[in-house]
Formats: sequence, C-alpha cells, structure tokens
Amino acid sequence: MPISENTREQMREIAARYPSARSALLPMLHLAQSEEDEITTDGINACAEVLDITPAEVTAVATFYTMYKREKVGKHHIGVCINTMCGLLGGDAVWDAVVEATNGSNNATTPDGEFFLERIECQAACTHAPVMTVDWEFMDDVTPSSAVEVLDKLRRGEQVQSTRGPVIRDFEATEHTLAFPDDGLADAPSVDDKMLAGLRIAKEQGMQGGNA
Amino acid sequence: MATPLTPVITEYWDRPDLYTLDGYRAVGGYQALEKALRTDPDDIIAQVKDAGLRGRGGAGFPTGMKWSFVPQGDGKPHYLVVNADESEPGACKDIPIMMANPHALVEGVIITSFAIRANHAFIYIRGEVPNAIRKVEFAVKQAKEAGLIGTNIMGSGFDLEVVVHSGAGAYICGEETALLDSLEGYRGQPRLKPPFPAVAGLYASPTVINNVETIANIPYIVDRGVDWFRQFGTEKSPGFKVFAVSGHVKRPGIYEAPLGITMRELLDYAGGMRDGSEVKFWLPGGSSVPLLTAEHLDLPLTYEAMAEAGTMLGTGTPMVFDQTVSVVKAVTRWLEFYKHESCGKCTPCREGTYWITGVLEKFEHGHGQQSEMDTLVDLCGQISGRSFCALGDAAATPYPSALKYFREEFEAATHTSADDQFDPIASYVFAGVGAR
Amino acid sequence: MTITNDSGAEVAVPSELVTVIIDGVAIGVPKGTLVIRAAEMLGIEIPRFCDHPLLDPVAACRACLIEVEGMPKPQPACAQVVSDGMQVRTQYSSDVARLAQEGVMEFLLLNHPLDCPVCDKGGECPLQNQAMSVGRPESRFTEEKRTFEKPINVSAQVLLDRERCVSCARCTRFADQIAGDPMIELLERGARQQVGTAADEPFDSYFSGNTIQICPVGALTSATYRFRARPFDLVSVPTSCEHCASGCSLRTDYRRSTITRRLAWDDPDVNEEWNCDKGRFAFAYQQQGRLEWPMVRENGELRTASWPEALAVAARGLQSAGADTAVLVGGRSTMEDAYAYSRFARSILRSDNIDFRARANSAEEQSFLAAHVAGTPIKVEYADLEKAPTVLLVAFEPEDESPIVFLRLRKAAASKTRVFSVAPVATRGLEKMNGTVIPAVPGDEARTLADLPADVREALAQPGAVIMVGERAASAPGALSAVAALANSTGAALAWVPRRAGERGALDAGALAGLLPGGRPLEDPQAREQVAQAWGVAEADLPRTGLAGPALYEALHSGSVKAALVGGVEGSDYPDDLAEALSNVEFVVSLENHHSDITAVADVVLPVAVVSEKSGTFLDWEGRPRPFGQVFRDAMMNSDASVLAMIADEFDAATPRTVADLRGELGRLGPWQGSRQALESTPASDAVTGIRLATWRLLLDLGVMQEGDPHLAATARPTVARMSPATATQSGLAEGMHVSVSGPRGSVTVPVEIDESMLDSVVWLPMNSEGSRVYRDLGVGYGDTVQLSKGVPA
Repeated sequence: MPISENTREQMREIAARYPSARSALLPMLHLAQSEEDEITTDGINACAEVLDITPAEVTAVATFYTMYKREKVGKHHIGVCINTMCGLLGGDAVWDAVVEATNGSNNATTPDGEFFLERIECQAACTHAPVMTVDWEFMDDVTPSSAVEVLDKLRRGEQVQSTRGPVIRDFEATEHTLAFPDDGLADAPSVDDKMLAGLRIAKEQGMQGGNA
Repeated sequence: MATPLTPVITEYWDRPDLYTLDGYRAVGGYQALEKALRTDPDDIIAQVKDAGLRGRGGAGFPTGMKWSFVPQGDGKPHYLVVNADESEPGACKDIPIMMANPHALVEGVIITSFAIRANHAFIYIRGEVPNAIRKVEFAVKQAKEAGLIGTNIMGSGFDLEVVVHSGAGAYICGEETALLDSLEGYRGQPRLKPPFPAVAGLYASPTVINNVETIANIPYIVDRGVDWFRQFGTEKSPGFKVFAVSGHVKRPGIYEAPLGITMRELLDYAGGMRDGSEVKFWLPGGSSVPLLTAEHLDLPLTYEAMAEAGTMLGTGTPMVFDQTVSVVKAVTRWLEFYKHESCGKCTPCREGTYWITGVLEKFEHGHGQQSEMDTLVDLCGQISGRSFCALGDAAATPYPSALKYFREEFEAATHTSADDQFDPIASYVFAGVGAR
Repeated sequence: MTITNDSGAEVAVPSELVTVIIDGVAIGVPKGTLVIRAAEMLGIEIPRFCDHPLLDPVAACRACLIEVEGMPKPQPACAQVVSDGMQVRTQYSSDVARLAQEGVMEFLLLNHPLDCPVCDKGGECPLQNQAMSVGRPESRFTEEKRTFEKPINVSAQVLLDRERCVSCARCTRFADQIAGDPMIELLERGARQQVGTAADEPFDSYFSGNTIQICPVGALTSATYRFRARPFDLVSVPTSCEHCASGCSLRTDYRRSTITRRLAWDDPDVNEEWNCDKGRFAFAYQQQGRLEWPMVRENGELRTASWPEALAVAARGLQSAGADTAVLVGGRSTMEDAYAYSRFARSILRSDNIDFRARANSAEEQSFLAAHVAGTPIKVEYADLEKAPTVLLVAFEPEDESPIVFLRLRKAAASKTRVFSVAPVATRGLEKMNGTVIPAVPGDEARTLADLPADVREALAQPGAVIMVGERAASAPGALSAVAALANSTGAALAWVPRRAGERGALDAGALAGLLPGGRPLEDPQAREQVAQAWGVAEADLPRTGLAGPALYEALHSGSVKAALVGGVEGSDYPDDLAEALSNVEFVVSLENHHSDITAVADVVLPVAVVSEKSGTFLDWEGRPRPFGQVFRDAMMNSDASVLAMIADEFDAATPRTVADLRGELGRLGPWQGSRQALESTPASDAVTGIRLATWRLLLDLGVMQEGDPHLAATARPTVARMSPATATQSGLAEGMHVSVSGPRGSVTVPVEIDESMLDSVVWLPMNSEGSRVYRDLGVGYGDTVQLSKGVPA
C-alpha cells in the first residue's frame, strides 16, 4: 500500500529537524514501519522521494539495521535477549517457552499473526536479566512462566505494564515513538529497585557521596 | 575500611519527579549551566581537562583533551553528538541514566556545546529503548520551553538546537565514526581516520562525540569544581563511575562509586554471590574486555589497574558469572553477537567472526578438535589489530582470555558439549524449569 | 602549485616532494601520495582489492596491510599517506606485513567458491592471482561456506554472483563517486553483506559495465560475455570507440573471428579507465546482418552482383552525373574514409556538393564550422575541463551525447568547476554535475545567450572558462552565432562537441562543401593550389562552389542533383527523410555494411567494412586523433576508401586506398594556416507561440549500431514526455497519464512525466527511442511546435 500523503508530510517534518535532510532517514524508516508494520518497497520509495536519493540508497540503510523488518510484524514485537548474560541466566528457557506458547519461530510472525518473535542481542539491561521486550518496552527479570503470562494477557487484550516503561501499546505505536519521541508517555515508571540498589545502601549507611 | 559509595549522578534517582524540569531544578539542576554561561568557554574546556574526566564509553580518552582538538574560530559549524547507543553486552548504565536523570544529560549537553562552540547537538539513542528516547525527548522539550535550549539561552547570546535521534539496531553505531555515518542517514559503517571527527566529523565539520555518562558528569564538575571531582578516584582515573553489576550476585544493579573501588567491594555492596555460588569469571566492562577470575577481585577498578591486569575497565559494568556457567558457551554467545553485529566493511571482522563462531559452535556441541583450539588463537590474531575498527579487536578478545584461564573446558569440549559439562538450568536465576 | 614565469604566465611546478623508504629503498614522491602508489613506483606490488586509483580509499579489504615504523598496528597501504622519512616495510621485508596479508587472504577465500574453472574472471582474476602469491596452499576452513541464489540481475545487462563477492565496494563506489548513479549499494550487514539494488529499480546506469571491469573477482559479469570465453583464449586489440566523439580508448577481445567483449582501456588524457555501456556492449551490429555482396538494381529489384559488375555500374552512373553528384558521408566514417570521400568528390567527380552532417543542420552551422572549428588545433582538452572555473553547456546534454565529457565534468564539478547549461530543463545529468540551468526555449537559445545573467557572463570571463556547444545548436537559429560572439566577448575557450565519432574528423578531412581538407577555404587560391598539388590535379579542375545542408537536401529533393554517393547514412536521421529525397535522384550509390532505408532506394549497394575490419582514426571532440588498428586482420571487407579507390580505377584515376597513404597525404597537407572566412552571423528566429519540442537522442536508443544486444537495450531509459506542471495542467494532463504529442506527420502517445525544472510551454521527447521517433512519427524537430492532448496508450 502506498505511503499516505500525511505520512510523507510527517517525513518532511522529520527531515526539517536536521541541517542535512538525509539525517532523517532512520526515523523516517521507523515512521514508514509504523504505517506498514514492515519496510515495504513503498516505504523505501517514499523515503527516497522525500530525501531525493535513490531507492537503492534507502534499501542499503533499511537492510543494515536489525529493527527494520522485511516481513509484517504482528500486533506485538516480542524480543527475548539471548546474549550471554540474559541467555545463560535463563533467557534461553524464556525463549523456548515463548516459542512453545506461540508456535512461532525466530524473526517471524506467529501463525496467529499476533506476535513477531525475535532473539535479540543485549538490551542494555543486564542487571535485569533475563530480559524480554514487548514492542521494545522492557519486561525485566522474566521467567518462562511470567513471559508466557505476558503473552497470554496481550492476546486477551488485557493491560500489560512495562517494568520500566509505559503500558504496552503495540508495535506500530512504538515505531511511531521512534520517529516522534514526544509521545506523552514520559511519566511512565522508569526507575526500579535495581537502579536504586547503590543509592539505598549509600543512604542507609549515611555515605556522603558526591556531597563530601 | 570499604570504599564508600558516591551517588552523584544517581543521587536523586529515588525522586519520582527527577525526570521533570521542576524535579531536577529542585535538587540544584541547571545551576551549573547558569555558571557555565558566565564562564569563558575555553575555561570550561580547561576545567574538564584539569578534572581529568575520562570518557565513560569504554575507551577512557581524556574528555577535555578531546574537546580541545576542535579548532576554534574556523568559521565552520561545530557539533556535539552524544553517543547513547549503549549496546555492548554487559553495559547497562547509560540507559538507566537517561531514564532516571535525563536532565543531567541535557544540562551536560548544553554546557558542552557552549564550551566547544556548537550550536547544534544530537543525542543518538539506540532505537531498541523507546523508554529512554521518550524520557530524553521530554527533558529536551522541557528545557526548550524553559529557554534553556533555543536562541539566546539565559540571555547569554548562545544559541543551541538539540535533536534526539533514534537508531535502529546496530551495535557498530557505538563506534563513533559509524555513529556519524548512521546519524547522517547512512549504513553505520566506520569511517577512515584521519580525518578525525574533531576536525571533520558530522557533515564534515568539527564534532565532539561523548558518551552519555561522560556528558552527565559535566554539570557536576562545572558546579562543584575540579578539586571536588579529583577527591574521588585515582590520579589517572579521577572521579566516580556509575557501575552496573550484573550476573550471579544477590543484588544486581546500579552502584555509583569512586574509580578505584575493587570488584570485591562492589560485590559486597551487591550482596555477594547468590547462595552457594562463587565467582568463576568476571569482566570489568563489557564483553569486549578480556575476562578475569576470582584472583583479580581485589584489583582497583581503574583504567590503569585493569590495563595492568591485561584487561580494560571498558564501560565499567562488571558481569559476574559463577561456577554453573560454561565458559565455552559464554564465549560462543559473545562471538555469535559479534558475528551478528559485524558491519561487514572489513574482511578480518566480517569473515573472521563468521569462521570463529562456526568453530566455537562445534566446541559448544562437543565437536571441537584439539588442533582447532590453536587455530582459533591464530584467527583471533588475524583479526586483532588488523580490522578496520575496534569491533574486530573486541571480537578477538573473549576467546584468548577464556582459553588462558579455562583451557581444560575447551579441551573437554572436544568430546563433551557445554550443556553436558554444565547443566544450563543450574545457571538460571529463577528456580530452574519449575518456573515454567 | 603554480608559479609565474617571466612572461607572466602561470606554469605548473612539481608539488613538494617527500622521501619515503619502502623495503629499504628511498623514493621521492609528491606530498599526499599513498604508500601503495609510492610502492608501485618502485615496482613493489602490494596485494589489494578495494583500492582503485580513481576511487576514494576505503581501506576495507585489508589485503594491503604493511608495517610502518612507529605505528603499533599494520596499516593499509591504500589509505596511508606518506610522510617525509617514513619507513615502510611490505611483505617482502616484514613478517608483520606478510602475516597480516596472509591472514586477510585466508579470510577472503573462506567464503569464496572454488569455481575458478567455470568463472569468467578465471585467468585474469586479482583474487586468483593474489591467492597464488600470498595465500596458503591449503585451507584450514572446514565449516560451511556462505551461499546465495545465483546469479541475480542487478540490471538486464549486469549479473551478480554474490558468493564470489569480497565486499570491496569498488562497484558501489564507482556507481556513486564516478557515475553519480548510486543504484547499486551494499545491502545487509556483516557476513550477509552483499551488493544489490532496490527491489524495483535496476542498475540502469549508462556506465554500469565499468563495474564489471573493475570487479576484482568474478562477482559481476555481463549477460553479453558470461560463459562465452576464457580470457586466455582471447586475442586483444587496442581500439577506439566508434559510438561517439568522446574518444574512448578501448580494448576489443575476440575469439575465433567473433568479438566477445570490449573493455575500457586506460587513457588518462581521455577516458581515464572508463567508458559507457554503449561503447562497451554495442558491438553485435558489427557481425550480425551484414551485407556481404555488392548489389545492383535491376527491374526495380536489388540483386546480388559481382564486384566488377557493381563497380562498373556505380562508376558509370556517377560519371554521367559528374559534378551534379551529391556526396553524403555518414557520421561514423573514419577520418581516412571521410578524406577519401572528400577527395573523390572534388578530384574525381569535381563536385563540391558534400556534407558529413547526417542530421539536422544549417547553413549557419556550416559557416560556424568553417570559421571556428575546421582544421583548428586543439583548444580545449579533457584536462582543461577539470581546471575550468566555469563550463557553459549550450544545446548539449553530455550524459547522453558525450558520456565521457559528462564523467569529466562531474569530476570537475566535485572540486570547483561550476557547470551551467543553456537548456529548457535541468536534467538529471545536469544535477549530477551540480549544474545550474539557464532556461532557454528550445530553438530560442540565441536570445538566451544574448541575455545571459551578468554573473554567468563574468564567470565565463575568468581565465580557463569553457563553452561547450552541441550539435543541436544547429537547430536553433542564431545560437552558434551567439556562442561565437559570447566566446569572443568573454574570452572563454569554445569547444564544439559533435555527437558522432566521425564528425570532427570528417570536417577536418574536408567532407563539407566550401571546405577543403585541413579547414582550407574552397575559394582561397592558395588553399586550392595546395590541395590540387597534393591530389595531382589542376587547380582549375577543382570545383568552385557546392551545396551542403538544407540547400543540398533541397537539391536532392527537387531532383536537380542527378546522383548521390552515400556512405553510411540512415535516411531517418535527417529531420526530413533523406530516403524520400533520394527517391527523386536518378542514380544512388550506397556504401553500407547493413541494409538500410538508403540501400532500399539505392541503385548500387557496395558492402564496406565496419571498424573491426579496418584501421583508421577518429578525431574526438577535442580534435585529438584516436587511431585504431584492425581487429580482424584477415577480414575480407573493404573500407569505404578502398571501395572509392576501386570506383576511381574505373575512372582510370589513381587515388590512395590504404589508410597509411591516406593518412600520409592528409598529414602532409596539414591544417590551414591562412585566413578564414568570418562567421556569417545569423539572427535569432522570431518568437514562436505554442508548445515547443525539446528533443535529443538518448545514449541508448534505437540507433542502428546498438542493434543485436537485447540486454543493453533493456537498460535504456523508458520513453516519457516531460513537461512542467503548468504545461501539463493546461492540457489536462498529470503524472501517471499518457499524452499524445502531435506534429504534421502524426503523433506519439507516451507516459507523462512532470518535471518541475522544465520551462512552461515546452515538451521533451526522446528523439529516437521505442515509441518516440520524433522525425518519423511527428515530422518535427528540435524547437518546432507540437500539440499536446490526453492520450490513450496503445
């Protein structure tokens, strides 16, 4: 489906943020993906047109970055970190559970069209291993059962709260946020016990810290 | 006496409103900016130089010196680019800083831009963390609304635009020149140096690229001074560090402490190892630094001491693994990561990671050949120092250091799979498969 | 740098030299030299794949790692700039360098297939060769190699076997940096990185074939050559390109009397190492559908005849017409052949009715060429374009009409040259040269030139500025006069850039009425004397006047010319069909290599050689001789000159017939040193209302010398009609619709393409492309008025 004129207008808006329009390509592709659930030829051509570069130049970029998908992502993107820390601390089991529960496979949308599963690399949350992401929002410290429970809730349309982030929306909404980050959700809870571990000890033990 | 923790960047993280302008201001935020705008930019550069702040992204390059490389009065636009592409396995401190205290970053950005005479700053945040992106965007927006970003900031005559930029999934973009290409809308592949970014960086103009934590340090240095900063840490590693301790410890999390604290002290703060477990190996700062063992726990976590021990402080985010973990499996996973993230530009990294990963996977499954243990050392040598950028060097790091301390595990992997050597369930942090 | 000498002129002096020591041998090289180049100067060969002297360094393949004293890690020689006193050790004197190179070679071969025996590149493959010199004899890699579906088409002509690719990015960098067509790119990442195109846009660059040539492995191949030959079975002959006046040096490879491929040859002064796809791939015509035997017309039908019979008939017919003969020389003639026509017309037929301009032309152009171009020494060279502060293009679209000029202007524009184009539209080609359009209504260029913006005029007054005018200027009354006046008033150097390879040589050979060889005026007594002496005829026997251009066409059409001798001309190349005019002429002799619309009306057809069957010379647009040798030494075909000499034999007149003799005679005559007739200035035409047609020939179109290579043809640009948004709106048209463009003879219906840069009330059509043959279909030419209406595609 061709990218809408409204989206093109938004693409031009993103391009205007930068001294050189081409800098906008990554967020523009996120925007295209938020409209089409994947990077399509139409999305590529729209970016090329707005930036006056060739579709090949856009394709080169779109295929380089792992967040751009070449297959329709279902309603939710589910990432399970399988890098050393998360994987060995239980992420491997979480992945197996997620695959079993959805009958899905890596880098593909599940047969019911609900989830796109991905074995993801380090999510910069090793302190919270094993980590899962739903539409790239953190679901920290998951277990196989808690992960499957999240999927069940999502499937039932129930509210799921990111452990450090907002209530889960869907993949399209996140992709839109990546193009337009001012999404009104900045008040989402983002600090948890693990992030406060050192601070609490310092306070308990009266360490002067930086004010010494 | 144990080295005390020193919450500075993390000091007010327990304030629910810290992410807002009001919350940040309530704890003294943006005072440093006011001060900075009344200071000669060169003096700020000198101050950061004198403070001895070293880059917190992993390489530890002196920040003030980096700033001073930017030619002044050259008539070209200057740019500040914040490297918020935290993707190194083990590194998990920049994302928390951005989520908890985004204004510290924003204030640092404004001061740094003022110092290096940049009127345009970019914060390049990896795309996989929308919650950090929206927090920083919100902080920038509030700062704009308050006149802290924009034209004639606080009547100083200084103008600044700040753009929050989303990446799209590529570890290589943490390499500063790859980040620049990515920020210009290209594939994130590293650039030839020279020219260095300080001379020809973003849009071929002088550019400073700093890590999030580095920039978040700036307001505190400017506000509290060089002497205050230098009371922490060592001569060569002054200041404090947001350590993120992960792995088989009782309380993984963020611990801000002076550089020079030992791993053993950090482990104690983190509640020690989980019950019935002991340190098997640990890495001071990401998967790209050689691993250490329990015998190294008392070394100070400084750039110099880590180098002396044959490793690097890196991102200062220690990963600690206990005896349940197969080194073979851990190293294979990291190599799979490097293979996945190799940008493809240069031969040694592209082909080397492909080859090494294939061989390591055989070891993981118990099919390694004795002779291949040496071949792998060879191959790492064929990458290290010969690849285009540090990603190749990083990929060549885990195996040789693992072999150094755990040769017998690789030998066993010529006949016994990693999972047969080490029950994977034992290393899970939840109660085994029962958690399902 | 430059210094000023005694006479005040600037002369170049060598830039500062630095000394670098490589493997113990010191050499002085200019500052800024790369180590790999300095090593080459010493004869030290360092392995390399991504390095290419005409592309920016990337240091990606790492094959060229060397040791530099004081540097902790081995450095890529292709990106390392020398410094004074630098100590470099290559693989010949350093284990660090040798081991690094061997390591990289091992990695490169990891995923490379062992298909050398069936690979086109085998035998001339840098990877194969360097694997031999720095590779390990046996592979330690026992895992699975990377595989891809093979091959994929990056265009109809260029195929890609991805598993052979070593990611050196020469092809993608060429496309981006040199051609300005970034339509192939590196896609994907890491070990999956591969060259590719967008899903729906093939690599249809005019220069795509160069990527095949510079690919250091067998990853890129052409549909034309793939699996046709082994390099070591080929015989290679240096040649020059016959397709346009850019003057490319080529290498023609053949096997068993069949041309297998043509390559761009290295000529730093002209084409550097590049050529266009037409020059590379359009050679099938040379061997397909050839005329083999003479033919004479009997009872209205052509029949095969013996050479003696055909020559006798031809001679008889021409003899009886004598000075009432017209000699039409095609633009593909070599200079020697054109000279033979020129000489034959004047010395045998005593006719000065001669013209080489088989295209739209004018009396103004004839005067312009006589006054400013014929027999003049080289005034502008390729190198001058790179140095020029300003280049003004007039009625000239370099990318289509002289592609190597385009590449050189693109290179120039990348540094400091500013390109302006007097044209109705800012073409994609102009954009790629960073150029600025100076809008001109087609046909009204003279008015635009007379009224140039002051800054452009000033820019042209800077030393080194150049004006390049194309063949289309002949269709714009007053344009050539205005160009000459502009050059005169600004001091800018003036270059006439004809489209066809043979035109400049034919002009200097005297194949134009009023002009004897070397630019000699026909009416000048001294010039006549010189020529008469060279030809061994009496001065009085040389004709005194003759027709060319529209007047000659008119004479043919009216039948006042009795005979025509036509060499290598397509009748449909004239705005008014030549074949139609010739049907009124009593006797027509055609020298041709293929059947054409002219042979169809000829009374005698004499087959002649194509370029691979003869030697000769083209003068490129600079005026630089581009001599070439005979590829097929045992070819049985006669050159035009030799056929003319055989006809002359029938007249009992001896004329030179070998290339050496013709070249010698022309050379001895040399260029005219005397005075020239001044250009008879022509005024601009009156303003015309209505929609004016802009049109030119695309590089790849229905030209007869492009016949026989469907893969090449498939990369031609699609036929569209371009117009401004306002013009489209006025006619009720919009992007995505079809437009019917009509003229007196008919109409064509093609898709509309809106172009914001187009002048209003102008429509652009390709002149000779599929679905748009402007002369034949519309009966109009450049600058004429046409009508637009909504069209329904056939």
